[in-house]
Amino acid sequence: MANTQSPAPDIAPGLMAKAIKEGLFAGVLALGMFLLFVGIETYQDIDNRLVWRTRWELLAVFVLVAAIGRFLMVGFITPHFAARKLAKGKAGQADSAEEESFFKRNFSKIAILALLFYPPIVVYLYGVQGSLKFVDNFGIQILIYVMLAWGLNVVVGLAGLLDLGYVAFYAVGAYSYALLSDHFGLSFWVLLPMAGILAAFWGIILGFPVLRLRGDYLAIVTLAFGEIIRLVLMNWSEVTGGTAGISGVAKASIFGIYSFDVGAPNNFARAFDLPMSSAYYKIFLFYVILALCLLTAYVTIRLRRMPIGRAWEALREDEIACRSLGIDTVKTKLTAFAIGAMFGGFAGSFFAARQGFVSPESFVFLESAVILAIVVLGGMGSLTGIAVAAVLMVGGTELLREMEFLKHVFGPDFTPELYRMLLFGLAMVVVMLFKPRGFVGSREPTAFLKERKAVSGSFTKEGHG
Amino acid sequence: MEYFVQQLLNGLTLGSIYGLVAIGYTMVYGIIGMINFAHGDIFMLGGFAALIVFLILTSFFAGIPVALALLVMLVVAMLVTSLWNWTIERVAYRPLRGSFRLAPLITAIGMSIVLSNFIQVTQGPRNKPVPPLVNDVYHFGSVTVSLKQILIVLVTTILLTAFWYIVNKTPLGRAQRATEQDRKMAALLGVDVDRTISITFIMGAALAAVAGTMYLMYYGVASFNDGFIPGVKAFTAAVLGGIGSLPGAVLGGLLIGLIESLWSAYFSIAYKDVATFAILAFVLIFKPTGILGRPEVEKV
Repeated sequence: MANTQSPAPDIAPGLMAKAIKEGLFAGVLALGMFLLFVGIETYQDIDNRLVWRTRWELLAVFVLVAAIGRFLMVGFITPHFAARKLAKGKAGQADSAEEESFFKRNFSKIAILALLFYPPIVVYLYGVQGSLKFVDNFGIQILIYVMLAWGLNVVVGLAGLLDLGYVAFYAVGAYSYALLSDHFGLSFWVLLPMAGILAAFWGIILGFPVLRLRGDYLAIVTLAFGEIIRLVLMNWSEVTGGTAGISGVAKASIFGIYSFDVGAPNNFARAFDLPMSSAYYKIFLFYVILALCLLTAYVTIRLRRMPIGRAWEALREDEIACRSLGIDTVKTKLTAFAIGAMFGGFAGSFFAARQGFVSPESFVFLESAVILAIVVLGGMGSLTGIAVAAVLMVGGTELLREMEFLKHVFGPDFTPELYRMLLFGLAMVVVMLFKPRGFVGSREPTAFLKERKAVSGSFTKEGHG
Repeated sequence: MEYFVQQLLNGLTLGSIYGLVAIGYTMVYGIIGMINFAHGDIFMLGGFAALIVFLILTSFFAGIPVALALLVMLVVAMLVTSLWNWTIERVAYRPLRGSFRLAPLITAIGMSIVLSNFIQVTQGPRNKPVPPLVNDVYHFGSVTVSLKQILIVLVTTILLTAFWYIVNKTPLGRAQRATEQDRKMAALLGVDVDRTISITFIMGAALAAVAGTMYLMYYGVASFNDGFIPGVKAFTAAVLGGIGSLPGAVLGGLLIGLIESLWSAYFSIAYKDVATFAILAFVLIFKPTGILGRPEVEKV
């Protein structure tokens, strides 16, 4: 047929009909899906009885968005991308061998420098008190997730063991710090390594029973362990304070030289004759978590080059081959669990020192899911990709808290925070659909012969361990 | 003794609900090898659909017979959740089929977050109580059996029989089993794999909707985060019974229900979930593929 050969990106005659059909279908489908949940609102009246009212306008919006969205998708967006892909294919693969730009090559160095100067720049721009929000909500919050995701990356990304209960180790770290500092008055700098060690022990304890399990069985048992730890923390009120948690957890100090307690004689602000503000503590914490993150990254990078790191990667690719070659899979799996858990423990004790308060609320399954999502979205095994994913996902949802102007658009009742997790979930789905291998989809082998070659992500498989 | 029988009955009721949800997990896992994390939230959606239908029915037809109301609730809930699960499979899972293993897991977790937050946003975060639908109670000695419990066990048994028949005796079931064994070969032999998988999702959703309606009827309250705990427990049931095995899912569901009610009766309510999860871990240590699961054949 001659007309199919025409190179012009004109819209084919059948396409519009198809787009309209698909759009209508999507509209009907959306009507069926949303009729009950959007079209009808249930609420309790004054007598506390459940009653309902209709919301047809909102339902109409949902249905129209679905129909028009599907119409545009089928009619315009998909053909556009298909045409572009075709054009790219014709142009040849020349551009893939393109020299990497200066920025790309030195990305991590630039990023570390930028992070080092982030607090001073923010303080300069917004003042000491104004910097609080940026350092705390964006800086520390994101870096905690970066650290957790890098820790989980050891287990999931390197060793290929699917862990859905990682938050348990985070909880162990947080409660270790809170309880030990509360009862024994030990300082943050003593308890930080101790929390890591305790969490690593828990990693080994929880790792033992699951050594024989594979894939999804492993996933459910780790999820179960995560829930067990949370439920014990919640119900063992005599020790953990139950659902109320432990409040008044001691703050970290600058190695005991300067304190951040308001009443202390060696208070940081007083020692330097600065106005009192909680911002100094946050800036200090920012550097602590940055150092912890860098430590995690450094240890991970070094471990990957050691025999144990290579054993992890071998285990991820093929457990049977691994065992046939004489690698001790028990030791390999347990070290992965222990080291991953240790970083979780560090992050946990940091979290407790930052919040000044721990409760089981902070260690729900959703947290594990978010951390795992960051690891997978970033591209498993890639530290840079994971950091980028953490910035986008956590920073994006934090940003939503700040969107006051949306209130002017949607009316004063609009609370963007309500939509935070909804959008987070949607973002998880959308990113996965467009980049199933994560942001950084190719992995460089750590062991190589003569020269380093990038392996396309599609050649590697993981998660069968 | 009566106390024990009473707890046994309670456990059986709860176990039936878990079993119905577990079948959805196990079928999807069997056919495409993926943990459908959003299934627990599909169950929650089913409960909510039933709740809304119930409210509409009672406000238009005040004196409607309970049996008819329940039937309408069940049918509408099944339809709506089927639509949702079909769409979710189409949008979030199908494009990732053949992609690497964790990708659909992440979209499933994402969909689970989306569903529960969608209900929170559209229906509000508060618990929704409904007046009790079925109140009749029968006494056998000192053992009390409520009509609710009888209904739940009865409906579960009927559905399971129907389901067993579909999977084992109909062309559709044959296509499902073929797809489960070898997707590529099934496609070569003329099985419409996409359609079979879609139908599997629809069937799973319909069962989850039934379970959601029962759950609403039994406890009389619905909440947007109802999907998580029962979902995880049903998934635990599926794994305990051996994921991919239908009788295993039912057996696992009943076991979890019994463990839960007996543990709360004789030990402590607070640690009933700990007991459930601990027994799961314990069983898997000795039988790494669950009670009725076939051992995985490893190919190099």
